[in-house]
Amino acid sequence: MSERRRPFGVHVVLAAASLAMVAPFVWQAVTSLKTLSGATRVPPSLLPEWRWDNYAKVFELLPFGDQFLNTVVMAAGRVAGQVLFCSMAAYAFARLRFPGRNLLFGVFLSVLMVPPQLFVIPQYQIMSSLGWLNSLQAIIVPGLFSAFGVFLLRQFFLGLPRELEEAARLDGAGPVRIYWSIMLPLARPGLVALAILVLLWAWNDLFWPLVVNTDPDKMTLSAGLAALQGQYQTDYPVLMAGSLIASLPVIAVFVFLQRQFIQGIATSGSKG
Amino acid sequence: MTATAEKRLTRAAHAARRRPSRTEALWGYVFIAPTGLGLAVFYLWPVLQTAYFSFTEWGAFGGHTWTGPANYARLVADPEVGRAVLNTLAYTGLGLVGIPLAIVFAALLNLPGLRGVAVYRTAFFLPVVTMPVAVAMLWRWLYNGDYGLVNQVLALVGVDGPNWIADPATAMYALVVVGIWSSIGYNLIIFLAGMQAIPKELYEAAGLDGAGRVRQFFSVTLPMLSPTAFFISIVSVIGSLQLFDLVFVMTGSGQAARANPAYSRLQTVVQLFYERAFVTDDRGYAAAIVIALLLLIAALTVLQFRLQRRWVHYV
Repeated sequence: MSERRRPFGVHVVLAAASLAMVAPFVWQAVTSLKTLSGATRVPPSLLPEWRWDNYAKVFELLPFGDQFLNTVVMAAGRVAGQVLFCSMAAYAFARLRFPGRNLLFGVFLSVLMVPPQLFVIPQYQIMSSLGWLNSLQAIIVPGLFSAFGVFLLRQFFLGLPRELEEAARLDGAGPVRIYWSIMLPLARPGLVALAILVLLWAWNDLFWPLVVNTDPDKMTLSAGLAALQGQYQTDYPVLMAGSLIASLPVIAVFVFLQRQFIQGIATSGSKG
Repeated sequence: MTATAEKRLTRAAHAARRRPSRTEALWGYVFIAPTGLGLAVFYLWPVLQTAYFSFTEWGAFGGHTWTGPANYARLVADPEVGRAVLNTLAYTGLGLVGIPLAIVFAALLNLPGLRGVAVYRTAFFLPVVTMPVAVAMLWRWLYNGDYGLVNQVLALVGVDGPNWIADPATAMYALVVVGIWSSIGYNLIIFLAGMQAIPKELYEAAGLDGAGRVRQFFSVTLPMLSPTAFFISIVSVIGSLQLFDLVFVMTGSGQAARANPAYSRLQTVVQLFYERAFVTDDRGYAAAIVIALLLLIAALTVLQFRLQRRWVHYV
């Protein structure tokens, strides 16, 4: 094997591709620090003009602080809800026996196959009749329940050893205790993977928040940003600053939790 | 052999000893209750309602009347729907180019002894975790006909680039490039996981038979990876058919969007659904549009399952 001959050409290809992946973000950051006239100069300057006030302007144009908080609360609520509810259901489907278990699991799974747009109009009606339009509940509550999460965690629970559980049962522990003190700690990698995926999807979600919350100060970041670009199409430096701030938190989480992120995606992709 | 048989016997003995008690069944129902009720109220019942709504017409104040298949008749004759379906199919079909690209990059990253894999992987993954709205906005800027970086770079080599997303000739291709750019990292990670699951012995055997690295890629890696590729193609097609965020941000909506000369080349089925359901409040018609989308997704998924016999190898 010619271990030494191979890499150079490979590195050239991979480096070029990586540049294509990263360069747009660099250009976004550079543009976000330019004046409008600097950004529209031809030929363009590759250097920023350090106009930090573009970032302040985002907060003037939009209730950006509110939207940031809305997004954090929504994402945290959905993550907490799904991790709890999905793990409960997944544990029951994997480890408890009750009449109709397989049938019910099939019904849960059927939700996975339906494109989400089919839920939207009736969900909107529900929110409207509860008086929940333009509220945090509207963007959190439907996201507390997920067939995907149940499916993902059930795979984890099925893979856990039975011995501990049986020992606990012999000691007189009931299902609740076994779930809480034995299964949950053991399934931690699965719970983390689900939490990360839910965070990613919630943070980036556009359609549902756009539909239910139309008051600017009840919007999430992605909906607020989409609305901002509709109104201020020309001020690209400000738009670039806004979109950088909005996507940065998840990118930061990704950089810190890379391995769990990648494992989460890889798990979501395996058919298990 | 006997060991597994024995294990099976003990497990059967355990199961027999541990008859499902009434409390266990009760707790089973309690544990699935929150998600079960949530899915029923917010997901299962809504599907049926949407199906029902697709046979109704909505008045100005939210009431609706049964109109039978009128919405579907209107849908079939609506040129806007036809265009949106064709655009969505074009985006879906062209986007499939991203799959072989992801395989090639995954294969390069999988080379033994390659350094810097973590750095490359991070670069590919960055667009996957970035907010789609931000991605769309960023590319809208890159594609800008006058000041966009894409045309500035082209100008360096003497090419006068078009106004990418406002030119009917280029808009769809420009969109597909963004779609591939933002999903390639996701596909790559799954292919990489698939490649690492291929048994080393297969490569050793192929090597003994005199197959070089390229030959090994085509006769071992690709066939062994075909189930993963099948999974990715199912997921990509379903996802592409639901395209919304990118187009919504790139074209905007309403009057401003219609001012874009390439609008009719970009509008997707879900975007049309959004407009009918929540901008013009034509919810019965919107319901018919998503039911049609469901049928389209089902048809293409069944088609792919039919075709898989020709190219997917299961061990």
